[in-house]
Amino acid sequence: MKRAQRPIAFTLNGKRVSLRVHPMTRLLDVLREECGLTGTKEGCGEGECGACTVLVDGQAVNSCLVPVAQVAGAKVVTIEGLKGRHPLQRAFAEHGGAQCGICTPGMIMAAAALGPRPTLGQVRTGLAGNICRCTGYEGIYRAIKKAESRSKKPEARRQETAPTIAPSKARTPNPESRIPKAGTQRAR
Amino acid sequence: MRTAISPLVMRQPRSVRDALRMLRDDGPLTPMAGCTDLYVGLNFGTLGDRRFLDIWGLDELRGIEVRGDVLRLGALTTYAEIIRSADVRRRLPMLAAASREIGAVQIQNRGTIGGNIANGSPAGDALPVLAAADALVELRGIEWTRRVPFTDFYTGYRASVRRPDELITAVEFPRVAGRQWFRKVGTRAAQSISKVVMAAVRADRPRIAFGSVAPTVVRVRRTEDALAAGASVEEAQRVLQEEISPIDDIRSTVAYRREVAARLLAQFWSVTR
Repeated sequence: MKRAQRPIAFTLNGKRVSLRVHPMTRLLDVLREECGLTGTKEGCGEGECGACTVLVDGQAVNSCLVPVAQVAGAKVVTIEGLKGRHPLQRAFAEHGGAQCGICTPGMIMAAAALGPRPTLGQVRTGLAGNICRCTGYEGIYRAIKKAESRSKKPEARRQETAPTIAPSKARTPNPESRIPKAGTQRAR
Repeated sequence: MRTAISPLVMRQPRSVRDALRMLRDDGPLTPMAGCTDLYVGLNFGTLGDRRFLDIWGLDELRGIEVRGDVLRLGALTTYAEIIRSADVRRRLPMLAAASREIGAVQIQNRGTIGGNIANGSPAGDALPVLAAADALVELRGIEWTRRVPFTDFYTGYRASVRRPDELITAVEFPRVAGRQWFRKVGTRAAQSISKVVMAAVRADRPRIAFGSVAPTVVRVRRTEDALAAGASVEEAQRVLQEEISPIDDIRSTVAYRREVAARLLAQFWSVTR
């Protein structure tokens, strides 16, 4: 970080940020140390435990495995972006989805990435990359189910689950290096 | 993280051509994309590479397409994209099956097929599928494109025919006739690295590939020959034992791997009958 770096701009929890950091800095470290968002936890540092899960363009990723340069122009949402008011957050607190708490932000972000009304099978698959050593998972699955039933309409659930993000005004200096939109797939 | 970040160099090309020029004129550079293995190495301080070429933004290398009899996957195609692709599920269900068992959602959203090939781990879960399907790896240099049969791609443990100034740009699958089969054996379905992994195609001449039982993924051609010639499963299992060379490591043992490989062969042969 001694040399002058080109700023890396992205949208973080709905706000545009622009940071001069080494492009290979882990997104996890940028969130915690540069942005002061310590809700995202480091568990294993090798993509095994899911504690550092955040959303990049709506997709769950391990922020310990993402160089910050690769989120230039993207929308990043952390647990702080749910503002403590997300139905999943209340449900985790009420239904024993959280115990020691280290895995909880990652669990909630992985759950938030699931589509509306996930089946138990989809929840199990969607959270297979998140390890919890306290709850035995049942409380977590229960919480996700309850968060689901709390919202009356699927539309309302969809809105609440997908964190609302202001449209990105972020532009990277190099448009070619922008991270492509999540899920782009050109089957021709 | 054990590796200091500040001495590392990252180049960000604007196009594949730009990337190839950097590889030729400014190498050595290690291509990086989904980073799902690379940052594990950086975290442990075991990665020797210090100069990287970030190709994640090169959209030219994304996408799944069918060109006549060929199913073509850009090198940056992620496992999540493979799982969602109707073309892959219809034409190459064993690749969709393998992709579903690679890591979990977070890894599937970033990890790429090209990265799995380039990384060259003998335990790479998609790799036996490529071997069994007779896939071709497309390599591009600044002034050439060549296609190498996947089964000729590796020259040894994590060593391949890719030149330092070449990029893996795509993988192509010819139409696969016969029933496809995939099975991974690990400590659990998600996240774990394989103890033994197998992909196979049941046809007149079966095609069988294993991972985690040799320095590279292997096609066991003498076992295939034996089965094609009408040998019993027991005979084929004996041939298989001569074709694999598993080791003891943190994940498993020689004895376990030999036993499981033999049983997977028998299971494949009975369920695809």
